[in-house]
Amino acid sequence: MSAVSLAKDPFNIIITGVGGQGNVLASRLLGGMLASRGYLITIGETFGVTQRGGSVMSHVRVSSKAVSSPQIPRGMADIIVSLEPAEAVRVMADYGNPDCIILSNTQPIYPVGVTKGDLDYPPVEEMKQAVKGFLRSFFFIDATGRARSLGNPILTNIVMIGALGALAVIPFDRDDFKKAIALRMEPGQVPINLQAFDQGYKMVKDSDA
Amino acid sequence: MSFLIDEGKHIQHLLMGNEAIVRGALEAGVNVATGYPGTPSSEVIEAFSKVARERNLYVEWSTNEKVATEVAAAASFAGLRSMCVMKQNGVNVASDFLLHLASSGTRGGMLVVTCDDPGALSSVNEGESRLFARLLEIPLLEPGDFQETKDIIPWAYDLSEKLGIVVMLRSVTRLSHASGNVRFGPLPGKAARAKFSYHGPLLDPETGPVISMIPARPEPTHGRQQEKLKSAQEMFESCPFNTYTGPAEPELLIITSSICSLYSREAVTILGLEKRVGVLKLATTWPLPPKLLTKHLASTKKVLFVEEVAPTLEDHVKVIAAESMSEIGATTFYGKKSGHVPSVGELNPDIVISALSRLCDVPHQPVPPEFAREAKLLADRYSPARGISFCPGCPHRASFWSITGALQLDARQGFVCGDIGCYALAAFPTGFSTNKTLHSMGSGSGIASGFGKLRQFGMDQPVVAVCGDSTFFHAAMPALANAIHHRSPFTLVLMDNRGTAMTGFQPHPGSPTDVLGDPAPALDIEKICVSMGAKVEVSDPFDLAKTRKKLNRLLESTEGAKVLILRQACALSPERRSRKKYEITVDEDRCRGENCGCNRICTRIFGCPGLIWDREKKVSRIDDIICTACGVCPDICPAGAIIKKEVS
Repeated sequence: MSAVSLAKDPFNIIITGVGGQGNVLASRLLGGMLASRGYLITIGETFGVTQRGGSVMSHVRVSSKAVSSPQIPRGMADIIVSLEPAEAVRVMADYGNPDCIILSNTQPIYPVGVTKGDLDYPPVEEMKQAVKGFLRSFFFIDATGRARSLGNPILTNIVMIGALGALAVIPFDRDDFKKAIALRMEPGQVPINLQAFDQGYKMVKDSDA
Repeated sequence: MSFLIDEGKHIQHLLMGNEAIVRGALEAGVNVATGYPGTPSSEVIEAFSKVARERNLYVEWSTNEKVATEVAAAASFAGLRSMCVMKQNGVNVASDFLLHLASSGTRGGMLVVTCDDPGALSSVNEGESRLFARLLEIPLLEPGDFQETKDIIPWAYDLSEKLGIVVMLRSVTRLSHASGNVRFGPLPGKAARAKFSYHGPLLDPETGPVISMIPARPEPTHGRQQEKLKSAQEMFESCPFNTYTGPAEPELLIITSSICSLYSREAVTILGLEKRVGVLKLATTWPLPPKLLTKHLASTKKVLFVEEVAPTLEDHVKVIAAESMSEIGATTFYGKKSGHVPSVGELNPDIVISALSRLCDVPHQPVPPEFAREAKLLADRYSPARGISFCPGCPHRASFWSITGALQLDARQGFVCGDIGCYALAAFPTGFSTNKTLHSMGSGSGIASGFGKLRQFGMDQPVVAVCGDSTFFHAAMPALANAIHHRSPFTLVLMDNRGTAMTGFQPHPGSPTDVLGDPAPALDIEKICVSMGAKVEVSDPFDLAKTRKKLNRLLESTEGAKVLILRQACALSPERRSRKKYEITVDEDRCRGENCGCNRICTRIFGCPGLIWDREKKVSRIDDIICTACGVCPDICPAGAIIKKEVS
């Protein structure tokens, strides 16, 4: 399959969150869907001991022309998908720009400094308002809440992929997702993941309305 | 079935660099793969293990990297193709054998794959394997992207077999753990027959005994080795994986290798310097091909080296430049020595952009300065730092709680020598800053053995070393033997969490299964330590009172080496994750929070992420989602406010 040309080439996506939230799976699913559409994909990520409970980031780069490096240059992210709100702001400072889109989950995961009582975790509503004055395009959704209502907060990453699909800035659809998830999961797991995808999709569509 | 053995025309997959290494080896007909786990290399052996049965491979997690290399070498001596895989530190461990192997030569093709970790993203050093290739006098290859990683491996096996020498292939974290598109080639047949021929004359490369050197006669083997290296250099002149992109006579030439070649190309594109700057990407980085380099050096007056960690290309190319001065004319070199590229930490496109921007006088400003400034302020306000921490329910937190407590109670300024594993984090607050030394695998025990012998110089501090179960087999056993034999009075706390936990539960000689999940004889750590002659105690680290009591008793004894084995499975292990043993709650009436003499010891000091200090209510509470119900925190609360109830 040959790839249609992108709005920007390479198109730079960052998926961020906290170790254990399923960042790596989300980036691989997204990369897999886009690779099967014929794009050249580079996913850059690190995992290991320093990531336990820490900030994690995957750089997914999509091109129809050349292999990209595994690190997006500073200030050059086109969209930041964040599984945790404070991480969205952290990544925006390093990789964002005025045209960058933010799609973030609203459910905080407290850093150990916060659970210890040494640091404050800022109110998420305040965070939203601050970002509002900053970027042209941003979406905050309670993906974890929706995942929990589906029975398992671990589906947060899939709800977020569905939401990303609804933004229609990256060329993939529900069929691509269905194929990608079937490659990586046991058949019994596919329906619940599809539901999570659909719920995320709906959350963005509804927020538009 | 793993997609790594997909067959057919036009198959393409998104592969991690480490998976591309495996596919390349499978296409080359590899028979034996060995390694010791270490980030970022571990996925290579894991991927091999998933296709071992279908592809008729022998795969093992060896006791350490030196043994892994020896096991792989045996396959080569018997005519098979083999690969041993390790992180950069492993090359240090394997280097003694590798030096001899380089001299004796190999038969079936053999690759030693090292995954370096520039920036020490998951390491405690920034080791550089490339210099080993020079030291060991063996060929070194560095692929530059995902497809090339797969493609270069069959080429590397042919090189190894043509010359009869082990070949080093170096990856880095940003290649091993990154993913990209890879087109598959055909897989060969699976038939392989091993036989070790030794009936020919001594030093006959095909039929004789394989020895590294005849004493006092270096010429036959060392001389032959250098001839091989010369042949490799000749082949490297036309290696298809050395590529150049850019104008015929660039104003500036970038010389680079590995993942840095992608950073370099990206920087050139972003700055629009395609017509002014050329990129020479080298895959054959030792020995360097002098004719190829001379040709490119002659085409420019300015050279920038883009590489991570040591200035390896920079130093080696300058030697070639000095030797071909008349052909290349006056050339100015930029890189680590000139300060255009940092000499520590990993690189990224921004570093290369900044170097090029300076050298070519092209400004670069990706975002408006006011945006950058405001975004930074926003992040400072809204993104609290995430410190590193042991996982919720980690047995190490409980172990270090007891060790620190025991040492305080002992009151003779005792201390702990740390080692490599998750428990290395005990040098930081999550482990109560207990570890006071941290070096290589097994070094905690070796250093402790040394400290224990300083009594004759008046040192009377009790000495403790820690190590994990996998580290024990890897390198701590010789140190313990040393301490026992020399009556060094230290206490080894052996934290047995049932697997090589930090890198993903790989089995080790103490495990009941092997890499394929088949039953394997498990060596009994307790019996080993007893038979070595140590006084041995065993405890469950989740039993704080018993553990501390045992440790204090061991610390009191000044007679020889003692071992306390703390057995509890890692919190991330399948057996711990499958069910919660207790229901843990906080009795808010009993929790006195800051008013308690403990000054909220549970959240502030013990610091398990499953315990949350509620600033509004001024009490602690349990985060139900991440609490693993290890049942330890009820025992640290002086007010008895944390309640555990057994779940039936």
